[in-house]
Order: sequence, then structure tokens, then C-alpha cells
Amino acid sequence: MSDATKYISHLELGERDETFLDSNELIINMGPQHPATHGVLRVILKLDGEKVLGTECVIGYLHRGVEKIAENRTYAMFNPYVDRMDYVAAVSNGLGYCEAVEKLLNVEAPPRAKYIRVILAELNRIASHQLWLGTHALDIGAMTPLFYTFRDREEILKIFEKYCGARLTTHAFRIGGCQYETYEGFERDVIKFVDFVTPKIDEYEELLTTNRIWVERTKDVGLISGKDCIALGVTGPVLRASGVKWDIRKAQPYAVYSEMDFEIPVGQNGDTYDRYLVRMAEMRQSLRIIRQAVGKIPEGPIMAKVPKVLKPPVGEIYHSIEAPKGELGYFIVSDGSTQPYRVRVRPPSFVNLQALDLMVRGALVADVIAVIGTLDIVLGEVDR
Amino acid sequence: MVAKLKGQYGSGLEALSYLGQNYLVADRSLIPEILQILRDEEQFDYCVDVTAVHYPERPKQFEVFWILYSFERNERIRVKTGISDGESLPSSVGLWPTANWLEREVFDMFGIKFDGHPDLKRILLPDGWKGYPLRKDYGIIQQDNEWVQINLGIESGQ
Repeated sequence: MSDATKYISHLELGERDETFLDSNELIINMGPQHPATHGVLRVILKLDGEKVLGTECVIGYLHRGVEKIAENRTYAMFNPYVDRMDYVAAVSNGLGYCEAVEKLLNVEAPPRAKYIRVILAELNRIASHQLWLGTHALDIGAMTPLFYTFRDREEILKIFEKYCGARLTTHAFRIGGCQYETYEGFERDVIKFVDFVTPKIDEYEELLTTNRIWVERTKDVGLISGKDCIALGVTGPVLRASGVKWDIRKAQPYAVYSEMDFEIPVGQNGDTYDRYLVRMAEMRQSLRIIRQAVGKIPEGPIMAKVPKVLKPPVGEIYHSIEAPKGELGYFIVSDGSTQPYRVRVRPPSFVNLQALDLMVRGALVADVIAVIGTLDIVLGEVDR
Repeated sequence: MVAKLKGQYGSGLEALSYLGQNYLVADRSLIPEILQILRDEEQFDYCVDVTAVHYPERPKQFEVFWILYSFERNERIRVKTGISDGESLPSSVGLWPTANWLEREVFDMFGIKFDGHPDLKRILLPDGWKGYPLRKDYGIIQQDNEWVQINLGIESGQ
């Protein structure tokens, strides 16, 4: 198989002819209404018994035309919409968008605002990973972690709610900084949460890391090499679990990540088990970042001087951040008016999902579920 | 790198920078070669995004962008080119397999064809849909009424 064709889905959906009944090949639809697809994802599977010969993803069931909406809204008005893409990590979406527009306007958020942003973004990363762990484990058959992770994630959502009034679609940031000053006792709440959740992560690991069923279901499942990840544009924990030490927070730091001391966890084998370990380690690193950020948070204004009516000069900008799922980029074209001429979102879930075909080819049907879970996709972001 | 490329292609290529981000503006005809050189010789091994912008009043209606990243150099670069309506572009799936879905999305939203793409069909919208929503002449509440009526059995999706 040549290199180029390796990455292309080889699913040929021919007509059902008479020989169909005689052959061992079977084409089945998984989804769009399937609990393990984490939303409305339809995967067409071509099977030979239990073995997967090829797949094709059918997406777009949740397409709302976010990019079109952006062209018809002002810069500030579009801000809440980005929360609705990756709805389990709304803070990261908002952070990426606000920073991109700030770059385009050539303004910089004040240091205090940047620290608040980092604290909330890292809390959100933990929340996103917890939700991933709970649902992923549930798909594979471990029901208990779901209750553990949802219990602990609730504490993060409570902090969000106290800070900005919303639990999921937070709209926490504004272009130029943050809308709200931290509430009385914010730092205390955050540190309390960090102290509370640190042993809980060990608890999740106790449930799973050496659990024989978990290891059997995840080890050597959904293998992907670092080279294939780069070729397919896969980013985030999936890329790192394949041994590529690359994180935008380190490679091209934004906000105040350059002042933080943390490590990039990497895996070796690029299988589902390593991706699990990488995400667990990432949660611990996030806690480290939060602790530092709370300790260093400076006093000062939380909003830069930005005009009431935002009119960025004519030009284009691409800005990306490390969202919980990978590289989340915004490409914004301004024509000098109050509305963006074009907003392109580079969604990590969409690009990562493309690797599904390569990862499950030759595997068993049950592994498809594990791989969809391990890719950590959110259909709101895939379809936009 | 820029000087070398410039020496090779002269007037067909312009290297610019805006807000600290470098980008190349290339003629449509130079695109395959430039993308190939960027990947093979300049180590831009990761294609971040392929996207387009519609300018209906220009003779070359579409600007198509490739956003590339190099792990080796820790550097991003954008390549852009202008094409007119109906003109196609060479597919870069052979260079970066990730371009597969990205090009499908550009086709879906703008109707730009990529020659040599293994499976160029709509990705987010249904296969039978008419119109390309991210073109500027496509209204925000516009939809393919016929498709909606036939497939969903309702008068309007709005």
C-alpha cells in the first residue's frame, strides 16, 4: 500500500447484488442515534465478521453554520456563539476567539485578566478530561468512573457558575479582557478544589490503570504512530500519546503560559491506554498550573482599553490555542467594518475524527467504540 | 527561505507579513510546486487548515488559504492564492492526508473543486443540497427549500 492511499477510506458502498448474501462482508450503520458515538455521529462500517474492513464517517447532523453566523454578527456579538461549538470546553473556545480578535485589534489583555483566563481554561481542561474519562469508561463497560468524574466535575461547574453565572456555555471572557472581576473568595474556592481533586485523580487511576478488563480493552487498541498523526493533522493528547512532544502552550505560548512551570506528558505506543495515561497526567499538570496561577495572580485592571465599537483594521489573523482536544484555531479576516468578513474555525475534533478510519481498520467492532471514545470528539465542534 | 523561493519564482510570488504572521501570496499556477517545496524542503510537515474566503466583487472571486506548520522550525506560514469562480485547484491530499476533509469542507461551503481529490463530496451538508452557504451571495436564512420539503417533509426549516 503506497503512503498516499493509506490514509484514504476504502469503503466502497456498491449496490447490494446477489453475491452479497454469499459474501462475508457486511455493511452496517452505527448511529446517528447511538449512545457510544457521543452525539449524532454516523459511522458506516464495512465488516468481515467482527473485523472492520473500512469505515466512513457521515457528519453534519449538528451543523448550524457557525461560520456564516459570524459574518452577520459584530465581533462582540459572535463571542457567545463560540461556546456552543465545543460545549464541554466553552472557556477554551472563548479564550481562542478573544485572543484572536485582540491580536487583530492589536490590543493586549491586562495581566490580571490573563491569569483569570488561564485559571478558568485549565479548570475547563480538567472538566473536559473528566467528562471524557467518565463517558469513555462507560462505553467500554466500566460504569463507576462516570459517577466519580461527574461528582468532581460538578465542583468546577460550581466555580464557573459563581464566577460568571453559567455552568457550561460560560461566555466568561470579553474581547480585551474579562467582563467580571473574581468574586470574593474565588482564589480560596479554586485552591480548595485543587486540594479536593488531587486525590480524586488517584482514585480514578486506582479504578482503571491496573484494572485487567480496562487494560485488555485499551492496550494496543486504536494504534496510531506519531508520523501518521502529523500526516493526518491530529493534535492534542492523541498526538502526544503517540510520542510527539508538542503542545501549543509550550511551543507558541499564549496568555501567561510562558510564566508557568509545567510538563508535557507524552506516551510511547499511541494506543488507547497511552492516551488515557496522557490525559490523566495532563489533569495533574493542569492542577499544577492552576496552583501557580492562583499564587501569582496580580492586582490591576481586568479590561484593556478597547473602543465600544470594534473595528479591526483590514487584515487577516490566524491564532490557535491548545484546547483540551487539540489545536483550536481561529482564522479571522477583517474588512475594516464592525463585522468580521470571514471567521474560520479550525476545530480539533473535526480533524482528529479523520484518523478514525486508519485507527480502526483491521480492528474489531467493539474497538470502534473504544477508539471513538479515545479520540474525544464533541459533535458540536465537528459539525459547527 | 523566502529569498530562495523569490529568486526561483520572481513576480508570481510575494512574501508578506502582517501582525508578525508570515504569508505567501502565489499565483494559482505556482501552487502545486510551492506547496511541494514547503513540505519537502522547508519541513512544513503539518497542514493546519485549508480554507477560503469569498470576494464576489473581485475578478478572482475566491482566496484559498493553506495554513502550515513546521514542527522542526516551530513556525507557521500561510499560503494564499486567488482563483475565479469555476476554476479548480490541485488537491494537496497527496502531500498532507489531513487535507482530505478540509478540502471537502471548502468544496461544501464554497463550491471550489480540487483536482485529484480521492472523494470530493459534501461533508457537512447533505449530498443533494444545492448552493454553497459560505459564498457571500448566499443569505443567512437561505436554504435549499426543495431539499427540505422532499427530505424532511416540512414546508420550511426556518
